[in-house]
Amino acid sequence: MRARLISTVAAVALIFAAALLHARAGGGTVSGKTTYEGTPAKPKPIDMSKEPSCQKQHVTPVTTETVVTGPNNSLANVVVYISAGAPDDAAPGQAATFDQKGCQYIPHVLAFQVNQQLKVVNDDQTSHNIHPLAKINREWNKSQPPGTPPIIDKYDKPEFIPVKCNVHPWMHGTFAVLKNSHYSVSAQDGGFSLPNLPAGKYTVTAWHESYGEQTQEVTISGSETKTVNFVFKAKPY
Amino acid sequence: MSAHKIAKSLLLATMVLLIIPTLSVAQQPESHMGKLTGHADSGKQLYYRFCWGCHGFRGDGSGENWLPTGSYPTMPYLNIQPRNFDAAVFKCRSTPTGTLPTDEDLYNSVGRGFVMTNMPSWLSLTSQQRADLVAFIKSFSRRFKSEKPGDPIHVPAETKLTVESIKHGQELFQKLECWKCHGPEGRGDGPSASTLTDSNDQPIRPYNFAVGSRFKCGVTNQDLYKIFMTGLDGTPMPSFADVIKPEDAWDLVHFLRTLQITNKTPELALWESTKEGAEQIASRKPYGTPTGSGVKQ
Repeated sequence: MRARLISTVAAVALIFAAALLHARAGGGTVSGKTTYEGTPAKPKPIDMSKEPSCQKQHVTPVTTETVVTGPNNSLANVVVYISAGAPDDAAPGQAATFDQKGCQYIPHVLAFQVNQQLKVVNDDQTSHNIHPLAKINREWNKSQPPGTPPIIDKYDKPEFIPVKCNVHPWMHGTFAVLKNSHYSVSAQDGGFSLPNLPAGKYTVTAWHESYGEQTQEVTISGSETKTVNFVFKAKPY
Repeated sequence: MSAHKIAKSLLLATMVLLIIPTLSVAQQPESHMGKLTGHADSGKQLYYRFCWGCHGFRGDGSGENWLPTGSYPTMPYLNIQPRNFDAAVFKCRSTPTGTLPTDEDLYNSVGRGFVMTNMPSWLSLTSQQRADLVAFIKSFSRRFKSEKPGDPIHVPAETKLTVESIKHGQELFQKLECWKCHGPEGRGDGPSASTLTDSNDQPIRPYNFAVGSRFKCGVTNQDLYKIFMTGLDGTPMPSFADVIKPEDAWDLVHFLRTLQITNKTPELALWESTKEGAEQIASRKPYGTPTGSGVKQ
């Protein structure tokens, strides 16, 4: 009886250790491309003449970033993340930096984790106000004149938060606050990759600020790489 | 078990059952302002008599005056959407941006009303009734159950009013780019004014200093100090608490007072007594220019 108990405990411990080692060894990957079909709205040029210090930073006029596309119908700035199946992760030590440069947000879409430090920097010679329009988290609005220290904050609940500057109405961005570390923001070529996924069933969600949200189920076993593509319906307006 | 024992345990059970509801009543939301304690159950009666026509049945700011029934497309009777208590985002606070207001902040707002909106001053109600309303208003949002109000921003003693402080305040008005929205003369007609929207995407006008004497959140210099230090949450007006030192903040207050050309403040009188100030005031647009002129909405 006792021997049986010990052996059961040992077996369970072994399975746990194996699972742990497996997770450490990298696990599987979900990767793919985000694309659009149809005709997306043409990016509109932004008139920065009211803010000469920003206007002179751009040789060619800057265009709106609500839809950013690349060759072969690729769609950039899509947040691809594991919305179900993965446990919540502790926040990483490094801060997520949101820069204001040339009266634009860099990056346009910033993804980071719940309770991860957010650092907002003003690299311009003009005052910005940072106004993240949170609904689930707390909404705040702070002025950041040139040369002042970064604004440090964090969010304690997952949410997609539109960010704007009320002084410069063309400035729009997004904070994507996510529960775990498995996320990726698609690049200009639409490419994304979610590595280090332990074996299991996952829901992969892709979010775009103009075209909404899509989900796909994916099962990862071992260290395989699964390809998941997301195609968004583009709207011409 | 004897009949006596059964009766005893029954009595005990009845007592327990009687105590439970009393306990839950004791946990009803309250508001506390100094010696005043407001009770939500009394506030509820008042709310559904005086407030819900604008603020709505559920306190979400969509009362009949905002969304009148029977008209399509809906044409609100009000030009500014009433506060949504469910979101618990409030303009007039003593607490930092992004935090809940204190009970006293809400109590003061109910009594003061909001200048240039349809929210009147409710001084017609007793102080106890206003306190009761605050307790009930808080029950609309879960935030008041899970979060505590922020620590009020410390307002240090006002610095001495001098010509130098007004001049320095004017520099700050330029440097912090207050004029981008409020306009060079504080008339609410700056270059960004026409683009402004509140957090519900409703158009909103920056404050016009040239009309009247009342601000959104009070009339005193302390109130004005608090407005730009806390920011008016839910509007484009940000908090400057991290970027203005307290002594500079008072200089800015002194300058802002000189923009109130229809309100004969000590600041305006002192500024007008100097050559530079008199010239500046004389060169301003004539009194009577429409509020926020040039603002298309």
